[in-house]
Amino acid sequence: MEKIIAGKQIDVTEEGFMTDFGQWDKTVGEALAQESSIQLTPRHWEVIAYLQDQFKQEVPLSIRKIGKSGVLDIKEFYALFPNAPLKTATKIAGIPKPVSCI
Amino acid sequence: MKRLVILGAGTGGTMMANHLRDKLPQSNWEINIIDERTEHHYQPGYLFLPFDIYIPEDITKPVADFIPNGVRWVNDAIELIDPKEQLIHLGSGDRLHYDILIVATGCRIAPEEVEGMKGAEWQKSVFDFYTFEGALALRNHLRNWKGGRLLVHITEMPIKCPVAPLEFAFLADHYFKEKGMRDQVEIVYVTPLSGAFTKPTAAATLGHLLESKDIKIESDFAIAEVDNERKVIVDYGGRELSFDLLVTVPTNKGSDVIEKSGLGDDLNYIPTNKATLQSKAYSNIFVIGDASDVPTSKAGSVAHFEADILTENIIRFINSEPLQEEFDGHANCFVETGGGKALLIDFNYTHEPVEGTFPFPGVGPLRLLKENRMNHMGKMAFRWIYWNMLLKGTPIPFVSTKMQEAGKNFVQA
Repeated sequence: MEKIIAGKQIDVTEEGFMTDFGQWDKTVGEALAQESSIQLTPRHWEVIAYLQDQFKQEVPLSIRKIGKSGVLDIKEFYALFPNAPLKTATKIAGIPKPVSCI
Repeated sequence: MKRLVILGAGTGGTMMANHLRDKLPQSNWEINIIDERTEHHYQPGYLFLPFDIYIPEDITKPVADFIPNGVRWVNDAIELIDPKEQLIHLGSGDRLHYDILIVATGCRIAPEEVEGMKGAEWQKSVFDFYTFEGALALRNHLRNWKGGRLLVHITEMPIKCPVAPLEFAFLADHYFKEKGMRDQVEIVYVTPLSGAFTKPTAAATLGHLLESKDIKIESDFAIAEVDNERKVIVDYGGRELSFDLLVTVPTNKGSDVIEKSGLGDDLNYIPTNKATLQSKAYSNIFVIGDASDVPTSKAGSVAHFEADILTENIIRFINSEPLQEEFDGHANCFVETGGGKALLIDFNYTHEPVEGTFPFPGVGPLRLLKENRMNHMGKMAFRWIYWNMLLKGTPIPFVSTKMQEAGKNFVQA
């Protein structure tokens, strides 16, 4: 489906995950964060950049792996993106949430 | 005389030995396959052991039965890979030089990665079914279990066969119904992902399965700890789930020898070109199956499709020709749903499982993403195919290496 956010048209899944990372920019990220009631700080942006970098390298993401990355620990990840941090953070970063094969 | 060495005589390594012995002239190429195990396990059978559907004899055969004539089987431990010197260090102290190396060392469960998982309750009320020993211990436990709260749990992705835990939950539902004790068992499916089904088509068509079998779901659960005393699992956000029986899929990791040899990523998977299956670090090292980091399902069917392309690429490499960038991430799996029914799914790197017909477009006879008895019969027949055709490298009729798009109901973008 299509959605207008921050004045831009983006393609998203029914759950609101972007399907074309090429359509993402920082203003889109800001607007997506607002939808999740998150106020982005410089620390949030560092984490988002890390997740996007992993996505580009096709590295599968998991919370434990992020905790071992040296970028941040898991406690901080939960503090920055409460409840389901990986789901929320990937949504804001414009990348797919981690999935299984079905 | 040149030497090709295959590390691991599991599904991927055995298939490669059979494919390559046919293709490489014996006068020029010696093929060695190294594994310390003497039994080959049909790993998809682990799922059926706990429920007394298969017995151990159904799923184990001697490794040697599947190593072709003209391939030297080295029954020894692999201690170290030295890629610079092109040497394999063996448990016996011997060293073996290779010109080309195929790594097929697979992956293993690593319960030690989660605090308390391999604690006092391990194989008492905390079990895995991704090992032969674990599945067997769980079978013995289930035979006398009086019921309670069963958590079927995934620690983190990626895991070998991501649908197996779901199949386990479905088979457990059926098993307890047959025993007349389903009302005494609460089944909860616990996943770090956002749901049991994460691909849109599967979620829409299969979402009802859990509800109809009264299997509850706890999603977005990132386990931090197993508390053995209180019998609860705790996630990093502080959420707790109690259990009487925890059936978990621990973190999966590549072989320790990959780590020792400095060839892996942080989970000991070897960085591999996902289209050619060549190692990214060394041009004469190739990787098949679970040992690689290619972004598709870890499953025997993936190794099967990889084997065809890897065989071609090894021949091309020997002839100094460019490698074919052909592997598309194809997987094809029967998914047990309990009560004598199963689903069939067919997918690759870019295409999610959808409804349709297989293997003949528009005809079938198998139906994709539909629960029926015929797919269950396919799953049961597959064990025979595995032992008698797949390992020996015999092509399976009508099943193509690359995923076919015809006969599938893709949503047009």
